[in-house]
Amino acid sequence: MNITLKVWRQKNQNAKGALETYKVSDVSPDMSFLEMFDVLNERLVTEDIEPIAFDHDCREGICGTCSMYINGRPHGPLEGVTTCQLHMRSFKDGDTIVVEPWRASAFPVIKDLVVDRTAFDRIIASGGFVSVNTGNAQDANNLPIGKDQADKAFAAAACIGCGACVAACKNASAMLFVSAKVSQLALLPQGEPEREKRALNMVAQMDAEGFGACTNTGACAAECPKEISLDNIARLNREFLSASVANPEV
Amino acid sequence: MGWLTKTLTSSIGKKVLMALTGLFLCTFLVVHLIGNLQLFKSDGGYAFNTYAVFMTTFPVIKVVSYVNYALILFHAFWGIYITYKNRQARPVGYAVNKNSSSIFSRSMAILGLILLVYLVVHMSDFWYRYHYEHLPYVKYTENLTTGDITTTAMDEGYTQVVKKFEISDVAAGTKTIIVKDLYKVVGYAFQNILLVLFYVLAMFAVSFHLIHGFQSAFQTLGLNHPKYSPLIKNLGIWIFAILIPIGYAAMPLYFYFLK
Repeated sequence: MNITLKVWRQKNQNAKGALETYKVSDVSPDMSFLEMFDVLNERLVTEDIEPIAFDHDCREGICGTCSMYINGRPHGPLEGVTTCQLHMRSFKDGDTIVVEPWRASAFPVIKDLVVDRTAFDRIIASGGFVSVNTGNAQDANNLPIGKDQADKAFAAAACIGCGACVAACKNASAMLFVSAKVSQLALLPQGEPEREKRALNMVAQMDAEGFGACTNTGACAAECPKEISLDNIARLNREFLSASVANPEV
Repeated sequence: MGWLTKTLTSSIGKKVLMALTGLFLCTFLVVHLIGNLQLFKSDGGYAFNTYAVFMTTFPVIKVVSYVNYALILFHAFWGIYITYKNRQARPVGYAVNKNSSSIFSRSMAILGLILLVYLVVHMSDFWYRYHYEHLPYVKYTENLTTGDITTTAMDEGYTQVVKKFEISDVAAGTKTIIVKDLYKVVGYAFQNILLVLFYVLAMFAVSFHLIHGFQSAFQTLGLNHPKYSPLIKNLGIWIFAILIPIGYAAMPLYFYFLK
């Protein structure tokens, strides 16, 4: 396959970036999208051109590190798939593919396609955890949890924090991410002790990071590689509003 | 009250205010439509004109109407503010962007702005003129035995201090009512094809705004449920985005084509 790539190149956070065109020939349809970038980068090195910086780690769709806005969609054209699990067979010979970084003021571009997603880490640090007692692990059946409930919590916990929801949202809102992180704990008894503070603090941190507000367009859930449901956003709204009313802190 | 301000100015709280005011405005749409259906009565405007007097004099309605005006303005300007803040969250856009959301959900702000312009025109067409301009008066004489009503237009210069002059003549068996003839003003305004078109197009904006807006309000309030969410969605689409705008659009069309 022969592919024309238009890739966002930006030297650093403060530099002005632009789309640059690269031709990649002899692309195997079985290559992953990231392997195709590896091949291109190897060639760029030999041509004395700075390789394209992009985020990647596990390359098996579970770490949430890869982040490319491919032809106008986060993680490219497939549903429920991360960029690393996207293969060149999803494109046609001769295609032009435009690759951009996530765009959000809370995710500033560090270089080329790499954006700074530490805003998500700060949101997690503000409340996305549970208090755990030390000592031996207790018996698994001490905490009976219904299958339905466990399934819902697990579906929310599938969020890998890649930021595709923010990238897809017209408001660059982080509500799907925050709602998944609040939901996975709000649905389980282990999350109960910090339940109110978690919802309040994580929303406050999300707002402080400069993400937009949710207008329920549903673009986030449509583009989420882990298919996190909008139900979680409704749950976060409930958690936040009831915590605001019930929490005794003035 | 610090917590309340903090809650309502958070990103979720801001949207809750949009949702609550939006749903209030939806109930207004229902009441306003039902009341204005009296325009379709062929009674020389008797029902509509006396209803207009009731709506502008009954104290409870007056209070509600001013709350309504305030909430319309709040919903509009709060929406503009939220949209402005949301735009700031993405200062650099994409070169290529395929939207995976509905066009209605992405166009709420622009549809809202169209509706704000429409409301200014609509209020100055009828509300302002009814309250502050000289309108023609009409006299309805009701035969108390038969219930028949005869309509007589008053002289052009006629005016009265009270909004509704009502007198019963038991000997003659008649009741006379003199009120401002808003019905005639409405009928006259809708002879203008441009105004009719503008009103009908504005009702498309209402429809598109509510296809997303009605169900979105419930989601924002956290009210979603596998059983009831489909119901809410259908209610929003069929009643609020289709039936109600058709009902409103029928009024200018009725006067233009059938009167």
